[in-house]
Amino acid sequence: MHQLTIAEIVRGLRDKQFSSVEITTHLLERIQQLDSQLNSFITVTGDQAIKAAAAADDRLAQGDAPALCGVPIAHKDIFCTTGVRTSCGSKMLDNFIPPYDATVVSNFQQAGAVSLGKTNMDEFAMGSSNESSFYGAVKNPWDIERIPGGSSGGSAAAVAAQLVPGTTATDTGGSIRQPAAMTGTTGLKPTYGRVSRWGMIAFASSLDQGGPIARTAEDAALMLSVMASPDKKDSTCLDHPAEDFSAKLNDSIQGLKIGVPSEYLSDGLDTEVRERVQEALNEYVKLGAELVEINLPHSNLAVPAYYVIAPAEASANLSRFDGVRYGYRCENPADLRDLYMRSRGEGFGEEVKRRILVGSYALSAGYYDAYYNKAQQVRRLIKQDFVDAFDKVDVIMGPTAPNPAFKLGEKNSDPVAMYLEDIYTIATNLAGLPGMSIPCGFARGLPVGLQIIGNYLDEARMLNVAHQFQQATDWHQKTAPATTPTAE
Amino acid sequence: MEWEVVIGLEVHVQLATQSKIFSGASTAFGAAPNTQACAVDLAMPGTLPVPNEEAFRFAVMFGLAMNAGIGKRSVFERKNYFYPDLPKGYQTTQLEKPIVGEGQIEIHLEDGSSKTVRLHHAHLEEDAGKSLHEAVFDSGHGMSGIDLNRAGTPLIEIVSEPDMRSAAEAVAYLKKIHSIVTYLGISDGDMSQGSLRCDANVSVRLKGEEELGTRAEIKNLNSFRFIEKAIKVEAQRQIDLIEDGGKVIQETRLYDADKNETRSMRSKEVANDYRYFPCPDLLPVVLTDDYIEQIRGELPELPDAKCARFETNYGLSAYDADQLTQERATADYFEQVAAKSGEPKLAANWVMGELAALLNREEKSIADSPVSAEHLAGLIARIKDNTISSKIAKQVFEAMANGDGDADAVIEAKGLKQVSDTGAIEKMVDEVIANASAQVENYRNADPDKRPKMMGFFVGQIMKASKGQANPQMINKILKEKLDALL
Repeated sequence: MHQLTIAEIVRGLRDKQFSSVEITTHLLERIQQLDSQLNSFITVTGDQAIKAAAAADDRLAQGDAPALCGVPIAHKDIFCTTGVRTSCGSKMLDNFIPPYDATVVSNFQQAGAVSLGKTNMDEFAMGSSNESSFYGAVKNPWDIERIPGGSSGGSAAAVAAQLVPGTTATDTGGSIRQPAAMTGTTGLKPTYGRVSRWGMIAFASSLDQGGPIARTAEDAALMLSVMASPDKKDSTCLDHPAEDFSAKLNDSIQGLKIGVPSEYLSDGLDTEVRERVQEALNEYVKLGAELVEINLPHSNLAVPAYYVIAPAEASANLSRFDGVRYGYRCENPADLRDLYMRSRGEGFGEEVKRRILVGSYALSAGYYDAYYNKAQQVRRLIKQDFVDAFDKVDVIMGPTAPNPAFKLGEKNSDPVAMYLEDIYTIATNLAGLPGMSIPCGFARGLPVGLQIIGNYLDEARMLNVAHQFQQATDWHQKTAPATTPTAE
Repeated sequence: MEWEVVIGLEVHVQLATQSKIFSGASTAFGAAPNTQACAVDLAMPGTLPVPNEEAFRFAVMFGLAMNAGIGKRSVFERKNYFYPDLPKGYQTTQLEKPIVGEGQIEIHLEDGSSKTVRLHHAHLEEDAGKSLHEAVFDSGHGMSGIDLNRAGTPLIEIVSEPDMRSAAEAVAYLKKIHSIVTYLGISDGDMSQGSLRCDANVSVRLKGEEELGTRAEIKNLNSFRFIEKAIKVEAQRQIDLIEDGGKVIQETRLYDADKNETRSMRSKEVANDYRYFPCPDLLPVVLTDDYIEQIRGELPELPDAKCARFETNYGLSAYDADQLTQERATADYFEQVAAKSGEPKLAANWVMGELAALLNREEKSIADSPVSAEHLAGLIARIKDNTISSKIAKQVFEAMANGDGDADAVIEAKGLKQVSDTGAIEKMVDEVIANASAQVENYRNADPDKRPKMMGFFVGQIMKASKGQANPQMINKILKEKLDALL
């Protein structure tokens, strides 16, 4: 039953092949069996899940079932959940129980989905390997000595290990797409403003965007149709009506113009990853698409610009964690300064502190123009690159990450090496564009992700393009070794 | 050496919106601590600000009243610093692109002169909460409490150019700001509740000098009186310091009203770096010309226009008109009295005289006046029709203030009706003359130009005899006739 996709579960529940309680119980058992090794969940809410599943079964029986009624999912632990600890992967919020739901969480609730719990993540979504979590690293189900990618490593690993068919995740510089690539799952970062950020703990507000991780583009479309909604509680949320992202999945992609940026296939790209991407592009040609070589001339500036803007915003966003109102507070503070210094010093991990320092520096008097302002200028140039490219092409494709999953601990001591993990994903966040990663084969036995970048609000086409590929290939159906208990 | 004081003011005005600038929580003053602070005000993780459009409207109204440019695209920024009453660790404010740009207003000084003060800009921002250090929180461990009810209350910070040259000018400017915001109804202007607060930048220089001296900023002045005193004492401190060979340092100072001195706030070794940057949670505020013009069309009559109208329509002096129009409530009250009594000049005298004294004595605002505009108008009507004299009117006014009903009821109950009956007054005059032969004799022998003065004695006696109710004009007339008949 755990192999079923969301689309299949929806059909199975409606056709009474199984109940929500049955599949929920089954998945909770799998989490129990498998997750001690993978560590993809921070919190499992078994009792609540069973109750919600039973309620969903009632609604299904009454024929009053909303879109995802009874479908098990899990939320990245960055989304606030009423009454359920929301840690953001940090000691700082280890004791934090929100009195409100993120809009994403309530959207899924209204759609009848059953949440199994909260997935592991890099602390405050800062990381590309899920090793910065206060709750320990997540293991890649394809090789438990390797990282699952980050920051949504728990969300990706849980889906890859078939503990849950779909999860919510967030992407600030690649945190949905890179883990999806590392784990052979399908992840989608929507256009900035598609998905409400209310209740989604901020890392870098102008870049953060929630999205789904699932096993297929079809499932990602079902999830995104629920996730995306206008929201008055988020001023940056687009006033764009909810959309049925499944509607165009089966459209033909005959004549589709795929832009291939030469910058994305250059130095630093793993040879095997390059081959898999090339093969995927060839597959698209077979499906009737046309490849167009394009240039994104400012691509090399994306990582440096990002590592000014994101930490700058983070440095302010994380100031609220001060030990005064909620969250971690140090023992016996001597005075106010001591309260601040030790609460933050003890509550935050190393990577978070590094980014707060970098961001504070970039914003400080005398450096603001050289760093923050310059980075914003670069951001506009990068955006313009894409605007120009989309005059010529319908979608842009390339690798999601420069290499397959690396070993746990391998890049821990080298922050810059870690930052370069997101070299192909960061630009879309800076531009606010939607991007996806879908499985396109293996390199040394590890999944490789193909990145699809769409035009603004063109998620439906992106999903169509991904779905057509998945109709023609079976990379997304390959099963990770750690999906069976015997793999231990 | 002749010194010149240079003053610029930063005035914080709390806007009278129902809810906070970025959340739906109430802005009402005086609730139990932390009962008007929602998840956004507490800066709970994942919460986001949603701007209150009413605050934009109020800010635009203010800008238009200050003859200022309106920022058609204003931007909120984050001002970063840690303090327990600042839940997010940054204040959302405006810096580079404020909603109100350069402007100017006329201020009126007590000597009747006017002066233009330029507005540098005014910007929208959120207020912080309050730290409570009261004993109730102190369990002997130095604990402080935080009340976040005020956190997120919309403020406009109004920054003047350093155009004021005396404490009196600074007070006149502040009064003008107070007058404008209360006229517009965008703030209650209540300084005792912190609705209007002021920081003063004070420096001194030799008269004729072009360059500004080093300024000190006096923080959190919350009454007109303190502002005046604080500026005077700070200016003198700087003058004394320089004359003694010292140098003014740029710093923040606090005014101690008890000691009437300013004191340096704990000196910071390094200057604050607030690391401002545009708030990524908020879109730029874009205002259309139509929107701005619509607000302009809805502006109420402002103090200067009202003042001019009072001079023209009611024939009041410039001084009276200015006094009456400083507060909208006073102006409205006066207009009611003037309309109902048909006696604008008498109305002006009473509002600025007896009524002002009464309110001052009872520490009440005109909105809570114990004497209503209707009652005062009724009283004035009785003065006008000679039912009572001005002197008796004061007695009636006091009785009305004590809640004894309207003027007619008081006059009736206390029998205060003026005696204007010729026969009755003649009788009283005759009696007084008969019983004051010595004074009459003096009158007769006196130099003719001294006689009018000597009449005072007789008038006093007659008034006394009539318990103040005799018509004074008639007394004068009849008395003079009778005394002159004795010459």
